[in-house]
Amino acid sequence: MNAHEPSNLLAGSPELPKSVEGDPVFAEPWQAEAFAMTVRLHEKGVFSWSEWAEALSRELYQPGRCADGSDYFDCWVAALSRLVTELSITSEAQLDHLTRSWQRAAEATPHGQPILLENDPAL
Amino acid sequence: MHDHDDHHHHDNHFSDMQARVKALETVLTQKGLIDPAAIDAIVETYETKVGPRNGARVVAKAWSEPDFADWLSRDATAAIASLGYGGRQGEHMRAVFNTAATHNLVVCTLCSCYPWAVLGLPPVWYKAPPYRSRAVIDPRSVLEEFGLTLPQTKKIRVWDSTAELRYIVIPERPEGTEGLDQEALADLVTRDSMIGTGLAKPVGAGR
Repeated sequence: MNAHEPSNLLAGSPELPKSVEGDPVFAEPWQAEAFAMTVRLHEKGVFSWSEWAEALSRELYQPGRCADGSDYFDCWVAALSRLVTELSITSEAQLDHLTRSWQRAAEATPHGQPILLENDPAL
Repeated sequence: MHDHDDHHHHDNHFSDMQARVKALETVLTQKGLIDPAAIDAIVETYETKVGPRNGARVVAKAWSEPDFADWLSRDATAAIASLGYGGRQGEHMRAVFNTAATHNLVVCTLCSCYPWAVLGLPPVWYKAPPYRSRAVIDPRSVLEEFGLTLPQTKKIRVWDSTAELRYIVIPERPEGTEGLDQEALADLVTRDSMIGTGLAKPVGAGR
């Protein structure tokens, strides 16, 4: 442990996710997935890192964001969604449609079974 | 990870964010832009292989080898790449050296640009608005919240990262470390000391 590890307002907001070795990395797997997809798209030349930083910054500065940064990865996902939509890779409508489809698929999948998109009863 | 939503308990439930990420993954996979193996590999790299230890080795080498320190100050991107730590985002690195007169502090006011290749993933506070806004306006009080009180005579320089240029702070080498090898020196270098919100640990402080 770092002797200077802060236990104050800046660092100690209870809402903030914590992870391995006291260094919060990803609080949940979806955050890691969103992060990795972004890195991969950049590697593939889909967008430049400056474009990404700008998209993320735009989301982080939307009014109503949490002061403690606990919605950081929500912003990340919003920025990624917006960027791929702007690049005409997909549309907002298609993303919304697939989001609901995945939620129905999850609910319809019995415990212990892998959640697959084709489990969506509405398909 | 547990799902804390207990209003309606289903066997399986995706939060909005989980489902949204799955939707993105589905679209991008269908378009041939991502594949699950590559995604897993990236997650694993950032979770386990990359981390502040890379940066600590850079600092230890700079403390031990004046030629390397000189290279690092002139061309940090190349000096760091020579150790095998390259940035995935193609960003340039700059090393800023703490001295008796000046303390350096790194922030990203725009979003959270961070030297991942040498420091791993940023701590939560680095990404949080209070740090991003206050580090520039009032760095001295921010440092005090991190338990670091600097003499009033010491100048604090704040470096604002961008997507193209990331900073690593080279902390001052602690007293009494003349006999230590680079491995032992690296153990004294904390993540926070390379962001500037801390100092290198004194000898004998343990890990």
